[in-house]
Amino acid sequence: MAHNIWLYLLIMATVSYLIRMAPLALIRREITNKLLRSFLFYVPYATLAVMTFPAIMEATQKPAAGFCALIAGIVSAWKGCSLFQVAVLCCAVAFVVELLPIF
Amino acid sequence: MTSENKICFQHGVRDGCPIALGYFAVAFTLGIAARNAGLSALQALIASALNNASAGEYAGFALIAAGSTYLETAVMTLVVNARYLLMSCALSQKMKPGTPLRHRMLIAYDVTDEIFGICVAQPGYLNPWYAYGAIAVAIPGWALGTYFGVIMGNVLPTRIVSALSVGLYGMFLAIIIPPARKNRVIAGVVAAGFAASYLVNRLPLFDGLSTGVKTIILTIVLALMAAVLFPTDIVNTEEKKEEEKRNGA
Repeated sequence: MAHNIWLYLLIMATVSYLIRMAPLALIRREITNKLLRSFLFYVPYATLAVMTFPAIMEATQKPAAGFCALIAGIVSAWKGCSLFQVAVLCCAVAFVVELLPIF
Repeated sequence: MTSENKICFQHGVRDGCPIALGYFAVAFTLGIAARNAGLSALQALIASALNNASAGEYAGFALIAAGSTYLETAVMTLVVNARYLLMSCALSQKMKPGTPLRHRMLIAYDVTDEIFGICVAQPGYLNPWYAYGAIAVAIPGWALGTYFGVIMGNVLPTRIVSALSVGLYGMFLAIIIPPARKNRVIAGVVAAGFAASYLVNRLPLFDGLSTGVKTIILTIVLALMAAVLFPTDIVNTEEKKEEEKRNGA
């Protein structure tokens, strides 16, 4: 059976949108349950941390480059660098480490 | 647009710029995958403009290439993108109660890891215009990156693409590290997140799970543990204090 690429794209887009829209449209009030509030408070930190490591080491050709970028990112963010500065520094560190022949 | 909304929009554009750059690089590689799956540049552009999901689109393109059924594609998209369900739940609590439905439905269009990240990093309630500012620059970066990925293929050296793709992780760090410095529980959640994610990705026991499913399970387990052990009520307290002050005055 021949498949239509446009139909695939329509299905993907619809599912992606509904997943994101349903909670925002349906949860209209502040949740008062303390456990649930706390859970949702910690969700961003848990999920962003999980997505960063070890994925950052798989984004580069050499894992060491990603690891050095991770350290540089943590240190610079800790010291109060802006979003943009941290992002650029990570790119620069990864680029330089990939050039080094020692890893 | 009121002047306050205008300022928020401008801040959103400012914070969206590094996201757009990182998106462009990542989407470029996504475009290569799209071309391999048989998509035209226009189809890839539209797929990215409508989906705004790297892993979800990768999975979708792979299924298209394999000639899978439409149902399989729908289920796979649901599973790979399910983490956005959690993010939207968390984001719903960043919205000021009474925010009109149209704002909620518009923001929902681009709840990505990065846009979500900078939105929750905003102090107090989220002004929708901040999200719109970021989305206005991030979407073109993402969609055009995919487009050029299809038509230019491997022109950009891999070394540049891989260095640029690290930028998105740098952004995540810029979002989670400063609060971790101020709050020990958040620091613990971040450290545990790194460790648990490393283990789950290295142990063969979990090989059967997709990256998206691993992310969801780890997020739920870690956030739930933190919530049970260290219940908090920090969310939006600053905003509330201000409101109480206004009401009291």
